[in-house]
Amino acid sequence: MTHVVVLIPTPLRPFAGGRSRIQVEVAKEPASLHDALEALWETAPGVRDRVVTEQGEVRPHVNVFVGTESCRWTGGLGTPIADGAEIAIFPAISGG
Amino acid sequence: MKTVKLLVGTSKGLFVLRATAARRSWQLEGPHLAGRAIYSVAHDGRGQRQRVWAGAASMHWGAVLVSTDDWGRTWDEPQEANVKFPADTGLALKQIWQIEPGPEDEPDTLYCGVDPAALFRTTDGGKTWEVVRGLLDHPHRERWTPGGGGLCLHTIVRDPENVDRMWVAISSAGVYRTADGGRTWTARNKGIRAEFLPEKYPEFGQCVHKVVQHPDRIGRLFAQNHWGLYRSDDAGDSWQDIARGVPSDFGFAMTIHPHEPDTVYIIPIKSDQVRVSPEGKLRVYRTRNGGRSWEALTRGLPQRHAYDIVLRDGLTTDSLDPAGVYFGTRNGKLYASSDNGGSWRLAIDGLPSITCVRAVVLDERKPARRKVARRSARR
Repeated sequence: MTHVVVLIPTPLRPFAGGRSRIQVEVAKEPASLHDALEALWETAPGVRDRVVTEQGEVRPHVNVFVGTESCRWTGGLGTPIADGAEIAIFPAISGG
Repeated sequence: MKTVKLLVGTSKGLFVLRATAARRSWQLEGPHLAGRAIYSVAHDGRGQRQRVWAGAASMHWGAVLVSTDDWGRTWDEPQEANVKFPADTGLALKQIWQIEPGPEDEPDTLYCGVDPAALFRTTDGGKTWEVVRGLLDHPHRERWTPGGGGLCLHTIVRDPENVDRMWVAISSAGVYRTADGGRTWTARNKGIRAEFLPEKYPEFGQCVHKVVQHPDRIGRLFAQNHWGLYRSDDAGDSWQDIARGVPSDFGFAMTIHPHEPDTVYIIPIKSDQVRVSPEGKLRVYRTRNGGRSWEALTRGLPQRHAYDIVLRDGLTTDSLDPAGVYFGTRNGKLYASSDNGGSWRLAIDGLPSITCVRAVVLDERKPARRKVARRSARR
């Protein structure tokens, strides 16, 4: 069993019962970021459609970090997740 | 007592302006849905509702269709995104460009048009939405190309007497019509010039910006194109150029008078390369004879150094008589006329970039049943 903490950004907390941190358990070993996020969607389904598109891809202006590395540079949703890992969701520094 | 509410979508939220029927001064509420781009808004007064729908898009978190029954104080925002493409399409929603309530006798039917170009329909009041497959799977689709705003289905025109007939407008694909409730669609662009293509009169590929129809003259359509101003008298089978007497036939916005089927308003733009008011003069143009001639409406509008642009849904009318006409600019100015466009006032300045404007007239008399109750009590 892999235990992961996901940090929820302020704009998405209304879709996560107001929580800023959600602990999830992933039965698969080794686990991937995809597996961890699937576990998160079960707990907070409203977060899913804000973070990924209906095709399951991380939205272009959303960054998902595993530890301190953006998943864009570590294999995307296939990034391996170790027990005790911290996943952080951030809005990208974009806007206008 | 009648009141008018203006629903003003901007790049940073939705504002609601309120005035009495005299429409002399406006009270501002908002922003609602702050920070989100509102490219579509619609009022649905069917089925004893006073519901406002808005397509709310966050740059970060995507687009979703939300609604309010109390003019923006509280919003119904679904946990799960309501308008989304099925997995087999490989498509992902970018923007909701148009919301169109369905027939009066089907109060739970609504349509919305989106980018990438597709039409969605709900028959349960917005709880669930389904993509209209007949248009999604159209053989022309692979050759549609996006305009500056994306590959957007931005206009939905229903036939109020025939639920099976409808027109949609897509940039840049052109006008498509269905006569069988959305199962099949045919391109309807004959006579519309595509200035930006080698073939000037293709079957499809025109960049239509807006199409309007008056409910008393079903099947007569007016279109403002990316270059070109047209009328069709045969439900879109053919189109005639009506751009005589306007400073430019490039523009985005178009609307029709609520009581006069021959009266149409446009706001010309200098060109696709410049995209500001021609000659620095902010002018609404009006035809009162179905496009045979146009007149400039300038009273109260800046006629020097006005470099504005009005987007495709930034111009609208109310249903009063004389009609109110309203438009919002990308520079955040909202202009209002209470005399069919004869004169204008700056209703409010300093809003974020205005993307769409819709007007709602409400009769806020006390409900009749209360009077009945009082009479009963006296007895």
